[in-house]
Amino acid sequence: MERTPLIEVNNLSFRYPDGQQALVDVNLVVYEGERVALVGPNGAGKSTLILHLNGIFASQDGHVRVAGLPVAGEHVKKVRALVGLVFQDPDDQLFSPTVFDDVAYGPLYMGLPEDEVRRRVERALAAVGMQGYGDRVPHRLSAGEKKRVALATVLAMEPSVLVLDEPTAGLDPRGRRMLIRLLDSMPQTMIVSTHDLLMVRDLFPRMVILDRGRVVADGPSADLLRDRALLETHGLELP
Amino acid sequence: MADVLDPYRPRASLIHRADPRVKVVVAVMSILITAALPLGAWPSYVLLLAAALALSVAAQLGVGFTLKRGLIAVPFALAALPLVFSTPGDVLASLRIGPLALDASLAGVERFASVLVKSYISVQFAILLTATTRFTDMLAAMRALRIPRLLVVIFSLMWRYLFLFAHEAKTLRIARDSRSADVGPKSGGSVAWRARVTGGMVGNLFVRGYERSERVYQAMLARGYDGDIRTFALRPLASSEYAALAGAVVILALLGLLGILFG
Repeated sequence: MERTPLIEVNNLSFRYPDGQQALVDVNLVVYEGERVALVGPNGAGKSTLILHLNGIFASQDGHVRVAGLPVAGEHVKKVRALVGLVFQDPDDQLFSPTVFDDVAYGPLYMGLPEDEVRRRVERALAAVGMQGYGDRVPHRLSAGEKKRVALATVLAMEPSVLVLDEPTAGLDPRGRRMLIRLLDSMPQTMIVSTHDLLMVRDLFPRMVILDRGRVVADGPSADLLRDRALLETHGLELP
Repeated sequence: MADVLDPYRPRASLIHRADPRVKVVVAVMSILITAALPLGAWPSYVLLLAAALALSVAAQLGVGFTLKRGLIAVPFALAALPLVFSTPGDVLASLRIGPLALDASLAGVERFASVLVKSYISVQFAILLTATTRFTDMLAAMRALRIPRLLVVIFSLMWRYLFLFAHEAKTLRIARDSRSADVGPKSGGSVAWRARVTGGMVGNLFVRGYERSERVYQAMLARGYDGDIRTFALRPLASSEYAALAGAVVILALLGLLGILFG
């Protein structure tokens, strides 16, 4: 079967304005339908890499392509519709006064007609089990509900790739279970950054370990998770 | 705290269901008319206050609700206290502080009382509006009234994140309190020490707010924000709503005219 690369990252390096080198020569190819987990200690560059995938950070050195489009200049808007990015803190993601406004935000900026936007909001909220929450204000939701609405805000854009930054962080066991089941039901290509290695084992066949801005391992999760020495070297631990 | 941030009181009244655009216009106009009334126009003050109370009852808030909340304006109206002494007229009483002689005049007292009552009535209308209209509806009304979109977005973000800031401030305070155990007669440290701790907390909140603003902006960009502000179109007002609006405007104009002509 011919596989099409959906995301290609070539020799990507990135340095923050304060001089901190966040990414060094990163290479990563993700194919359509794949589920990839990015793991590594805090400050390894996971979030920085994620912010490159839809052009929030412009590549300084090397390049990023999504569905064949370079993530730069005129293509950025197209890429942002293809790559649905869910931020770690749902309070950052949910910036509108109501749940409906927030889920409608992406589709509105895609220039869709209003009735189509409404349909998409309905569908996205239903997909995360939050139908009927449109009128609610975000600060009255529980942490788990906020996470699910945050996911709905990108689902409404019908992206090809879902990129999630630490989706299970800060959730209680039930909220975590629910979210994992929800993610498992999503057909999209998926990239998550996480410390939750149990979720990686259950949900993500492929795992990429980042440490100090470099890709130090990339392979089947089952193999990498068995390599205790490798995990320990990079500050990871399977409970 | 939550009361101040979210003054909306859900009820099933007609006033609650009324279109926010109509309510905002009527409330703003009521406040303007109240402010424009001449000093000492007592009959008009009574009529306006009666109107506010009638609306308050119609909104199922009860008479006491807005009356009690309106007291919040009284301390501000005290700024008008010097009027009692600075207005020339029949001297009611004299106050002597060393070489300084202060004469309270009848006209001055009336002026001061008018300012006090007028500010109190204005606040009644503001309270009525915020208690019967969801903030999100108010934002839509502001948009409809052609308030610059950027300003409306700023209000909306402010409202969304105010709750979060209140929460963060509370967390910081709990963290401080849990480390300031009471061990002696002089607990809590000196005023200077406490001021320093409080200053640090404020700085901390500012830095957190600044960092959050960057992340929120990234989240907006990620969903296609391009500097333009896009929202749903608002439904046009029904003719019955136009009629209600016109009726309210006429009544208010009459009240204002009455006050200006006959006091």
